[in-house]
Amino acid sequence: MRGKCGLFHTSYASETRFFQSGFQKLSLGLFLVLLLCSPFFLSNYQVSMLNMINIAVIGAVALNLLTGCCGQISLGHGAFIGVGAYTTGLCTLAGWPFFAALLFGGLVTAVVGMLFGIPSLRLKGIYLAIATLAAQLILSYVFLHWTSVTGGAIGMGLDAPVILGMSLDNDAKMFYLTFGVAAASVLLVANILRTRHGRAFVAIRDFHQSAESVGVNLFAYKLQAFAVSSFLAGIAGGLWAHYTMYITPEQFDIMLSIQYLAMIIIGGLGSVLGSIFGAVFVTLLPEFLGVLAQWAGSFFPNISMYFLALREGIFGLILVLFLIFEPEGLAHRWRLIKAYWKLYPFAH
Amino acid sequence: MAMLEARDITLTFRGLAALLNVSFSVEQGQIASLIGPNGAGKTSMLNCISGRYHPDEGQIALNGRDMLPMAAHDRVKAGLSRTFQNIALFKGLSVLDNLMVGRHVRLDYGLLSSLFYWGKARRSEDLHRRRIEEIIDFLGLSPHRHQVAGKLPYGVQKRVELGRALAGEPELLLLDEPMAGMNLEETEDMARYILDINEEWGITVLLVEHDMGVVMDISDHVVVLDFGQVLAAGTPAQVQADPDVIAAYLGSENASFIGR
Repeated sequence: MRGKCGLFHTSYASETRFFQSGFQKLSLGLFLVLLLCSPFFLSNYQVSMLNMINIAVIGAVALNLLTGCCGQISLGHGAFIGVGAYTTGLCTLAGWPFFAALLFGGLVTAVVGMLFGIPSLRLKGIYLAIATLAAQLILSYVFLHWTSVTGGAIGMGLDAPVILGMSLDNDAKMFYLTFGVAAASVLLVANILRTRHGRAFVAIRDFHQSAESVGVNLFAYKLQAFAVSSFLAGIAGGLWAHYTMYITPEQFDIMLSIQYLAMIIIGGLGSVLGSIFGAVFVTLLPEFLGVLAQWAGSFFPNISMYFLALREGIFGLILVLFLIFEPEGLAHRWRLIKAYWKLYPFAH
Repeated sequence: MAMLEARDITLTFRGLAALLNVSFSVEQGQIASLIGPNGAGKTSMLNCISGRYHPDEGQIALNGRDMLPMAAHDRVKAGLSRTFQNIALFKGLSVLDNLMVGRHVRLDYGLLSSLFYWGKARRSEDLHRRRIEEIIDFLGLSPHRHQVAGKLPYGVQKRVELGRALAGEPELLLLDEPMAGMNLEETEDMARYILDINEEWGITVLLVEHDMGVVMDISDHVVVLDFGQVLAAGTPAQVQADPDVIAAYLGSENASFIGR
């Protein structure tokens, strides 16, 4: 008999692969090809949305590693993204090559993240959330008032990134950069999660006392989670800064932190795929609401005005609805859909 | 020389002594049991050895090495593993991953290797998986290998916890009530596992347990604690015959006079 049914592993290595069946690899490959060709047939505006999604994916995956996997709530990621943005911006203004500046921005953010992660040794849950909220407020204050470095409320103007002499001055060129970095970040986080560090993170989340009794150094690993997570947040910030080419302190306020938390809650805590879903969902939500407002405007002429004011409220409402009806996030829904089609049409 | 040597351990909580000058030792290759009525300080003693509590006075040495200055997570490297009285598994991880976490200290690749999953990380994951599979086979956990630990039945979870402790390759295994809440068959299985671990793998075991039948059957050495002090120590037969132990467990004729 030819062919096989189900998965059959003959080595441990094959069992730890990300994509276990040929169909998975094929469909992912086709999707990636489609995505990489998309700048050729999408409008500039649509490609700019893709760029924003790519950047959000990096930030969401980073926050999910810290909050979803290691259980350390961070309300400071908006500010960490800001640290990365300003540091990278300062470096490129000083004439550094783009990638060196980006990496340095990540490293500085990692150090800042570790610094604000120190209270995590003693604080848990809501108390840690407050401690990281303090980080957010302190850093916001620094962005606004350290005028000689950050430009204060006026902001900081930047140039488009230049890589190997090529200036990435439009959305399509920028897309390949943001996409590449986003894919690399996702891969790094997925790798961590299948090795001893990722397991130690989840162990700390699930039962920190027994994590300690199997030999996990709680403090060191919490700090590592903060470091890796802030590093990636800093990278996201650096990309964002050079994509918008202008940064001001308001971009990195508490709303951004909450937005990222919303992404990982909507996507699914502790799931890499969920972070991607959440980033896509939250980035596209305002667009979707805008379209809805326009459509409703054809019936009720003035509604788009009210709709705009209601935007934040609707965002909050959707978050609450997700917490009630889909507490495990879009990733869980995705698994259910996959399971359904696996057995289709013999559901029982 | 004894493998584990506890000398004059005193542990107080705000002036209240949970342990008072407790001294005992466990020889290499033994199954030793720590018994006593509720609140006698058995689990406190185990927590002192594993590093959760820090005794006010006294010394604990494993193979002649002083354990007290070491942090809890470093004691695992020195050859110590433990299980908990109430199940303390990582509920979100699969059984396999729970055991792999138990092997944490034996895996030694760094964060960068982990990020890229190159060379050393890949090799040592495969290598250590082999040993983990031996433990899975030994404990009969193969059907549950990829299931999430939090959703398994109680008895299986207890076995997973034993497996996680074994995965650290301990020289001394501390078991805190491994039979608690189990039925007769599960208790017998667990006793068999403990004997096998001791005889075939040569791991010394220190057991805290309330099931006297099991304790007396499998132990080489029994230490009785009562009100934070050592009441008696010796072979199961010696302990059973000790009048102080009988008084502590069953009461004595003049108990009402001395107020116990």
